[in-house]
Amino acid sequence: MSAEVIFELRDVTVPSRRDSETATIAGVNWSARAGEFWVIGGLQGAGKSDLMFMLAGLTKPLAGSYTLLGQNMGEHFGDEFLPNRLRVGMVFDDARLLNHLTVAENVSLPARYHHNLHAEEADAWTAALLKATDIVEFAGNTPGMIGRHWRRRAALARALALRPEVLFLENPLRGLDARHTVWWISFLQRLWRGHDLLRGKPVTVVASTDEFRPWRTSGAQFATLHEQKFEVMGDVAPEDDVRMARVVAAAEPSDTEELLRRGENAAPNR
Amino acid sequence: MLLRAPLPPSYVNFVGRKLLRFILTVQGLGAFALITLGVMVTKFGAASRVIHPLVRAHLSRSGVRLLPMTLFVSFALGLVVIGQTVSLSSRVNATQFLGMVIVTVVVRELGPLLTALIVLSRTGTANVIELGTARALGEVEALEALGIDPVHYLVVPRVIGMALGIFSLTVYLILGALLSGYLWAFLQDVPLRPGDYVAQLAGSLRVLDFVTLALKSSLFGAIIATVTCYHGLAQPLRIDEVSGATIRAVGQSVILCVLLDAVFIVLYLVV
Repeated sequence: MSAEVIFELRDVTVPSRRDSETATIAGVNWSARAGEFWVIGGLQGAGKSDLMFMLAGLTKPLAGSYTLLGQNMGEHFGDEFLPNRLRVGMVFDDARLLNHLTVAENVSLPARYHHNLHAEEADAWTAALLKATDIVEFAGNTPGMIGRHWRRRAALARALALRPEVLFLENPLRGLDARHTVWWISFLQRLWRGHDLLRGKPVTVVASTDEFRPWRTSGAQFATLHEQKFEVMGDVAPEDDVRMARVVAAAEPSDTEELLRRGENAAPNR
Repeated sequence: MLLRAPLPPSYVNFVGRKLLRFILTVQGLGAFALITLGVMVTKFGAASRVIHPLVRAHLSRSGVRLLPMTLFVSFALGLVVIGQTVSLSSRVNATQFLGMVIVTVVVRELGPLLTALIVLSRTGTANVIELGTARALGEVEALEALGIDPVHYLVVPRVIGMALGIFSLTVYLILGALLSGYLWAFLQDVPLRPGDYVAQLAGSLRVLDFVTLALKSSLFGAIIATVTCYHGLAQPLRIDEVSGATIRAVGQSVILCVLLDAVFIVLYLVV
């Protein structure tokens, strides 16, 4: 028996998150089933964040049909989507924690709001989330007091607070050092396979990235965004060098010279 | 977008653009106020264990914490208005009008309006800056992603807290002004016994004064909270636009409070 379809896109045009009338990606045909792990790669400005925002139900498709958890997002948007919204988690690239709350308060907020709990009633669950994401020591700090790597982990803990079935992550590895990168990929793999925190239930994970290299052994399926086109690649991650070569080849000769010159300047001294 | 296009050198265009901007602001504010009212009704009691502490926090911010400043202004008001009115009226043997003058000037007009201005300057501006920054940093989208209604979480507690806060502070400001006014008159050896002073005030107050005082001061609070939240939250903002939004919010809050005050003056004249 095949797994439940989590989302399905049919000829979808993705809007810009800054201007809902402008299209950034066109003709997306793609679907994901429960328990799948997807990594979407694209260079900066390719529209990864716009796609993630639309997938998470924060923007409405400009054209085509997008069904998320059985609900057509072109027709049922906003409050009508709320019951399904609680089954979806979203981790933003810049974390977007509420700056007037502490890390612990941020993490506990979704559970407290949706289950109408006093702060102390949510303490045990909050502590478990903080422990799982390794940020217990920052519990009492406000987001401005901690580094952005830790803020992103707090955003992950907050997204897990309602035990989502599908998790969208906007470029979770951006700007991370090797230690944090390994932690994130390992944690997402555990979520995908069934983490104890979520009672062992596998989570469908969709993450965007600037480069595929760190994800190559993650077990994910891959797709790319390039020149407003979405392309499913399958189980094998495309080579980042090959992708870069495609960009260089598509550029004007003068642009290519500029890119090469920048590459030379950026190369380490030997 | 059209309103941001370069302005042609024409006075008519200038006036037209100002008028359009005014109409759009009124429309936006009206829609935001209705949405807020709708959320207050439809989500009444929802997530009470999160929302009630927020209401208490905003009541403290717009009320309790502003009490020292309000009492200071009330003593100044007593000196400026009541102390001088008592002194002057006793000099021209017109003390029989004292209660009427004080009730009209302090209880009906200056008390609620001054309190509203204090809360606007201290808490209203903070509202725009906080919400504008939150909007610019994407916190509102984060709330939406968590299925939390930003109006319910961010606006409703501010509206309730500010309405109750301004009402309570107005009562303290009026009491402080009446007390300090008599104190100033007493220090100037004005021949007016405390019993006569209180009797004059009691004789001039009507039930309508208490009702309109509560209504007016609460509505001032609701207006200031709605306008400041609208400018901070209702439209996409960049960090560099927050100061401009704060200036607009303060200006529009003052205008709307004065207009509401004018409506109440008409109500007094009619009833």
